[in-house]
Amino acid sequence: MTDTPLKTTPKATGGFDHLIYVLRANPVTLLAFGMFALIMLSAILGPALVPYDPLQTNAAKALHPPSWDHWFGTDNVGRDVFSRVIVATRLDLWISVAAVALSFVVGSVLGCIAGYWGGWPDIVLNRILDTIMAFPLFVLAMGIVAALGNTIENIIYATAIINVPFYARLVRAEVNIRRSAGFAQAAKLSGNSDVRVLAMHIFPNALPPMMVQVSLNLGWAILNAAGLSFIGLGVRPPTPEWGIMVAEGANFIVSGEWWMAVFPGLWLMMAVFTFNLLGDGLRDIVDPRKRT
Amino acid sequence: MLSVKDLAVSFQTRRGTVDAVRGISFDLAKGEILGIVGESGSGKSVTSYALMRILDAGGTIAAGEATYSGIDLRRAAERDMRDIRGREISMIFQNPRAALNPIRKVGHQIEDVLRRHARATRQDARAKAIAALRAVRINDAEARYDAYPFELSGGMCQRIVCAIALACDPRLLIADEPTTGLDITTQKAVMDLVRDLIRERGMSSILITHDLGLAAQYCDRIMVMKDGVIVEQGDPVQIFSAPQHPYSRKLVDATPRVGESIRSLLPPEDRKAELPHHVHDRPLVEVRNLTKTYRGSSGPVHAVKGISFSIKQGQSVGLVGESGCGKSTTSEILVRLMDATSGEILFDGHDIAGIPAQGFARNPRRAEIQMVFQDATDSLNPRHTARQTIADPLHRLGGLRGAKLATRVEELATLVGLPLPLLDRFPHQLSGGQKARVGIARAVALEPKFLILDEPTAALDVSIQAVVLNLLVDLRAKLGMTYLFVSHDLHVVRLLCDHVIVMKAGEIVEQGPAQDVMSNPQHDYTKTLLAAAPKPPARRQVA
Repeated sequence: MTDTPLKTTPKATGGFDHLIYVLRANPVTLLAFGMFALIMLSAILGPALVPYDPLQTNAAKALHPPSWDHWFGTDNVGRDVFSRVIVATRLDLWISVAAVALSFVVGSVLGCIAGYWGGWPDIVLNRILDTIMAFPLFVLAMGIVAALGNTIENIIYATAIINVPFYARLVRAEVNIRRSAGFAQAAKLSGNSDVRVLAMHIFPNALPPMMVQVSLNLGWAILNAAGLSFIGLGVRPPTPEWGIMVAEGANFIVSGEWWMAVFPGLWLMMAVFTFNLLGDGLRDIVDPRKRT
Repeated sequence: MLSVKDLAVSFQTRRGTVDAVRGISFDLAKGEILGIVGESGSGKSVTSYALMRILDAGGTIAAGEATYSGIDLRRAAERDMRDIRGREISMIFQNPRAALNPIRKVGHQIEDVLRRHARATRQDARAKAIAALRAVRINDAEARYDAYPFELSGGMCQRIVCAIALACDPRLLIADEPTTGLDITTQKAVMDLVRDLIRERGMSSILITHDLGLAAQYCDRIMVMKDGVIVEQGDPVQIFSAPQHPYSRKLVDATPRVGESIRSLLPPEDRKAELPHHVHDRPLVEVRNLTKTYRGSSGPVHAVKGISFSIKQGQSVGLVGESGCGKSTTSEILVRLMDATSGEILFDGHDIAGIPAQGFARNPRRAEIQMVFQDATDSLNPRHTARQTIADPLHRLGGLRGAKLATRVEELATLVGLPLPLLDRFPHQLSGGQKARVGIARAVALEPKFLILDEPTAALDVSIQAVVLNLLVDLRAKLGMTYLFVSHDLHVVRLLCDHVIVMKAGEIVEQGPAQDVMSNPQHDYTKTLLAAAPKPPARRQVA
């Protein structure tokens, strides 16, 4: 007597097949992954491929509108806007990825401790997170960068700090509901210490919702970095960066030279949009329960 | 009154069309109680949802007719269906807590349905709701009117759901597993109540259940369903005494009854001789004055109040009681996942109660005390394959690596009857019985001396329960393990155990050899428990 005929249960499939399946099942995810690939390509290969040196000024060509020579036009000192927009991808992406990775790691560790053991670490952590979140986050980031000094590292730290509460709370909740789950108890019976149970059994189960958070967060982090640069904190001219370019271009919109601000702004929007769309697809890929 | 002809229901899914119900026909007479019995996936619930037209998204009635007193249920407009639901046909759902709105007073929820069907006005709704609560024999109905669902016990919630279902005097009541998850005494109280109300009001009813014994006790007629078709229908006694279809025979066999042995749960062709297990005189586990007190918000909660018992090596002891009696707390303390407040646990002569549960994972005795958890789904890590799950204790405690580890995992899978290709699947790709086998393989991986079984079959269908119980009996004989079998079901405990401990409210009220306790219970509570269990008709002896 068997429990279930074998043929009715689905066959186990590998990770790559699953990736293809997720991309096929959801065209929005496919679009997001396509755009993500484009962004990654321009971050990695961009500086080698762009037609002009992003820092090369040319007074004779200042403020030319978009043309076949200069797709996105030129700025007030004659630099090619297209080259600058593409080259800026690497810096903006680096800031956001580093900041999100930092807050992911710190937030996960704090959240795991608070969610698993509870007690006073939980209470202390929650009050600290409440304090961070009580500030308007952008203003807090401004304050941190202003206090620590105007460098790219400090933008990363500031962006990471304001994002830690979101990760810590999410992980805390996910760990908390699983700490007395049967599989966690069973793992202890199998000889895993508390730390191992937490790290190897409980935490990986919190990954699917974390992936959504990571992807949304990458979008916010780019926006945040660009915002700080826009108000003159962090990245300094003449380094190509989307926020600075929008800020520089903003002065020329009234006189009709719209391309200086619009194209970097459009790229910024596209990057944020891509990361927001990516979330659902990433969760589906990370969650083994979708792998049927 | 209700006539169903060739009803077929299909669902559109990612993997194409699934036929959940494949052409079933039956009639229901006025005043009749019809039982639909089947295991999970047999289409019994889908049938009732189709009649109420509340199928999930993607589900459609693909073919057939369903007529209720002249109304075509398949083609009736949604607006007419809304009038029919609650007033003509109403339904009691499986999980009473999920069926009630958690943030509304139960009285208001009864008023909703009364006013929806114009059975009450704003002025008299309260009085009528209280009358409905009285009708389901709720004491102090005025006070309960203002209660929220979380303030009530499971049995009480199910009564409220009954009150809502019966508030508008429907003529047909569909009860979908109304007592799953309730204690056995509560189950009896709720089922008796439902039957009395149905008889008093001359209603018809469809009782959907996986428990053939329960259906036999309360229904006039039983339909056995499998894979969306009716395989047999007829009088309960007749189905029990002479089942015609092989599937109904398998179900009848698998239902535990008085005077049957554990092997007789299996179909005749699978009944091998039971291997004997040897009980030594030496006690393996001795529990002395064990207590556990929790700090509750309103003073201390005494979960376990100083219990003492001993388990001999090789013996199988059943720990029986209803929810909240402290049996799960006791088993968690014994398996050293929880610290006791006071008391001693002598394991092999050494006191292990003093070793903190937190550090017990690295104790050399960890491998000797293992546990099979209640809910196989919850106890398997959703991100680990069956192979990883079974390998975990071997790797962590047994120190096995590489090829040796792989061989041992496959040995264990064979031992518990799990087909080897299934080892690389994730839990959600396995059936309930397969998950139970993975859980058992993990627990016996290190050949523990003492195995605690915490209702290992509670979430399983009866035919799979029969297989798992027999597997446990075989493993006991092969590996010489000592069992503590925690359960609320005395009939299951009797099949497997030599000795029974009955717990109530944190205390042991009775203990003794299984046969004595079952046939000649001394304590009133044991008698109540035994009386509350559904009593299926005896099987005809010539199989």
